[in-house]
Amino acid sequence: MRNFLCRSRIGLTLCAWLLSVAFAAGTFAPGALAQTPKNVLVIGHVAELQTLDPAQSVTISDFRILANMYEGLLHYKDGSLEVEPGLATSWTVSPDGKTYMFKLREGVKFHDGTPFNADAVKFNLDRVTDKNHPYANTGPFPFIFLLGPIERTEVIDPMTVAIHLSAPYAPMLTMLASAVGGLVGISPAAVMKYGKEFSRHGGGTGPFKFKLWESSQRFVLEANKDYWGGAPKLDGLVFRPIIDENARVSEMLSGGTDLTIEVPPDNVANFKDPTKFTYYEQPGPHLWYLLLNTKEKPFDDKRVRQAANYAINKDAMVNQILKGTATVAAGPTPAAFTWAHDNELKPYPYDPAKAKALLAEAGYPNGVDVTFYVTESGSGMLSPILMGTAIQADLQAVGIRAKIETYEWNTFLGKIIPGMEGKAQIAELSFMTQDPDMHPALALRTGGAVNSGHYSNPKVDELIDAGRAESDPAKRAAIYKQLQEIVADDAPWVFIANWKQNAVSSASVKGFELHPSFTTRFYKVYKE
Amino acid sequence: MGAYILRRLLLMVPVLFGVTVIVFLVISLIPGDPAKAILGTFATPENVAKVNHDLGLDRALPIQYVIWLGNLLRGDFGRSYILHRPVIDEVLDRLFPTLLLAGAALVLSSVVGLSLGIIAAIRQNGWQDKLITVAVLVGISTPSFWLGILLIFWFGVRLSILPVGGMEEMFGGGGALDIARHLVLPAVALAAVAGAVLVRLTRGSMLEVMRQDYIRTARAKGLSEASVIFKHAFRNALVNVIPIIGLEAGFVLGGAVYIETVFQWPGIGRMLVNAISTRDILLVQGGVLIVAAAYVMINLLTDIAQSFLDPRISRS
Repeated sequence: MRNFLCRSRIGLTLCAWLLSVAFAAGTFAPGALAQTPKNVLVIGHVAELQTLDPAQSVTISDFRILANMYEGLLHYKDGSLEVEPGLATSWTVSPDGKTYMFKLREGVKFHDGTPFNADAVKFNLDRVTDKNHPYANTGPFPFIFLLGPIERTEVIDPMTVAIHLSAPYAPMLTMLASAVGGLVGISPAAVMKYGKEFSRHGGGTGPFKFKLWESSQRFVLEANKDYWGGAPKLDGLVFRPIIDENARVSEMLSGGTDLTIEVPPDNVANFKDPTKFTYYEQPGPHLWYLLLNTKEKPFDDKRVRQAANYAINKDAMVNQILKGTATVAAGPTPAAFTWAHDNELKPYPYDPAKAKALLAEAGYPNGVDVTFYVTESGSGMLSPILMGTAIQADLQAVGIRAKIETYEWNTFLGKIIPGMEGKAQIAELSFMTQDPDMHPALALRTGGAVNSGHYSNPKVDELIDAGRAESDPAKRAAIYKQLQEIVADDAPWVFIANWKQNAVSSASVKGFELHPSFTTRFYKVYKE
Repeated sequence: MGAYILRRLLLMVPVLFGVTVIVFLVISLIPGDPAKAILGTFATPENVAKVNHDLGLDRALPIQYVIWLGNLLRGDFGRSYILHRPVIDEVLDRLFPTLLLAGAALVLSSVVGLSLGIIAAIRQNGWQDKLITVAVLVGISTPSFWLGILLIFWFGVRLSILPVGGMEEMFGGGGALDIARHLVLPAVALAAVAGAVLVRLTRGSMLEVMRQDYIRTARAKGLSEASVIFKHAFRNALVNVIPIIGLEAGFVLGGAVYIETVFQWPGIGRMLVNAISTRDILLVQGGVLIVAAAYVMINLLTDIAQSFLDPRISRS
């Protein structure tokens, strides 16, 4: 029996074959581990890049990349959603809140060498707002509405530009600093040169410029040595699309990436060794909540809505399911809006006894049956199935018997957004915005476009309108604080969690910070 | 033979046409549309209508299909809604990696499958046979994506001898050797099930042939055992096995969808997964069409190969 294979002639052939395979495998073995190149940052990215046109971009993952190529008239300050000068050095707002005047930064050049000026700003805004613009067909531009009701853009002099709105829109400044606002810094020459293919070439003023894009393999940016703020420290950035979250973790552990964004909660513990890795987290302007159908029984009664808020153990959810990658939410406005968030507002405590009492008081002493929409996945939805199951158990304990119906994300949105009336009483949902106006205006205002729970409160409507028209930040903040108190008490939603975005880098990466706008800027990053 | 190939090629046209109709219908039957996928929680009816209009998706479905088909006949696969580039560019970028992975898996599964099948057959009921049979059972029962994750864990993370994903190093990809290193784990994961199936078939087919009278005659003539097995038994057993290899080409192309996702392989399978989740209909259509065409072509090639091994086939 011994060494049968290599004795017979057939065995010999096979033996030779096996040996050659082993030999081949051996040649692959030595020094196989990937080493990322010096002074170039390799980033494990959550999705494929879709477009290099910030006016067409629709995903946070794209914006994380584009924030390095493009910049808006304004920037966000480090670590905050407050604005500071960007491509504009100063600005004024007219008393009626309908005209924004910007003085532009001198000496800024696009990556293609053409100068940035008022004509470029007008070209870029006209392209996305004027259907008759010669390059309007380079769209569609799905998220332009975030910039507000822009009526026209006026060139006052080569370095001054005025944006006229048809109605006051206080979020204007925050949105101009956002990733969508980066469209103001697109090179018109590049749009004219590439037309529809601009999406694959790009061209802005930012600290990094386009070098190479290999579909689904890598997207490479190189340093813009002529950047007006000075050349970046890194020579380049490589974004590798690694969609599967476990694959992203493996790649980071094996040294194939320098930095990985969005580590799944279960894997955070792998990166706790500070000699090897640096772990980052940052509360984002995100809210994970349960949408309650306020038009139909039982949630047409405020006491039942409050009961649901008391019934759910949010601490357990945040610590056990989400492993500390989120904090408990207190109301409709995430704490990341430091200037507008009401710090006095406390989350509903976990109090099943009180929930039961409220239910009984509302006329449901024996509990009530409801339908609960849960999604399998989805942008910003964290761990929707696990969370849905935990919520179901908590609700059951106080007598709200929820029957879960699970849908794939796209289908789920199709069911929820037209409104929950006649379909379900509870649905999971999450939302991310850059301004505290956006979410309430869409989802809480009477008849709001995505007010799927049919919530209506005239006082809330009034505050939303007032906040949108008020250009003084301090007065705006006061309005939103009042709004938060009313909505928290009225409980049209069950406020669950505010997600902390996270990232991990190897310990040699320095100068990186996550930003509450969910963009990742690598301008100040370097490798030791 | 020429007429046979021509007839088979012409038959491809209705097959591919049927594929496009089915894919178009299936995609349009699943709820959700590109506009909702793009807009997410901002999918207000107003925004959805605007985006659908901009994408030309506000027309009736049959009209959309006819427009697409008309363009296709002129060689225009359309433009991806999500990737903002011509579908054909994206598909061609992704085609080589998929063919490379599927080809490597097919070669690997065939070589290993045939070799082990022969060993199991000539040592029927011996310990080699038993060992191989158990290994085959494990191979067939293991989902390839799970095997992929295990391989990544052991060879990529724990032992650190092979890259855990991707097709090339990020900077200055090291050419053929670099790609080969990246290819090992996904090809093994993809080849496992196909190879295991092939072992069973080869073993069965060989056992059947070895019982034939002409094998006994060959042995009686005093031919060496190797000559009996390879010249007489194996060639005849191969006639039954070749069409299965053709079918496995389809299996491997399909399995690439999982494996490409697990190993971040930049192929068509992963492209299709993304395109389906974003409802990028034209990209799905283009990708499926190319994969279907590749499958039909491979089947044709195996049929031709079979007819060379057994001349009776093309005559009939």
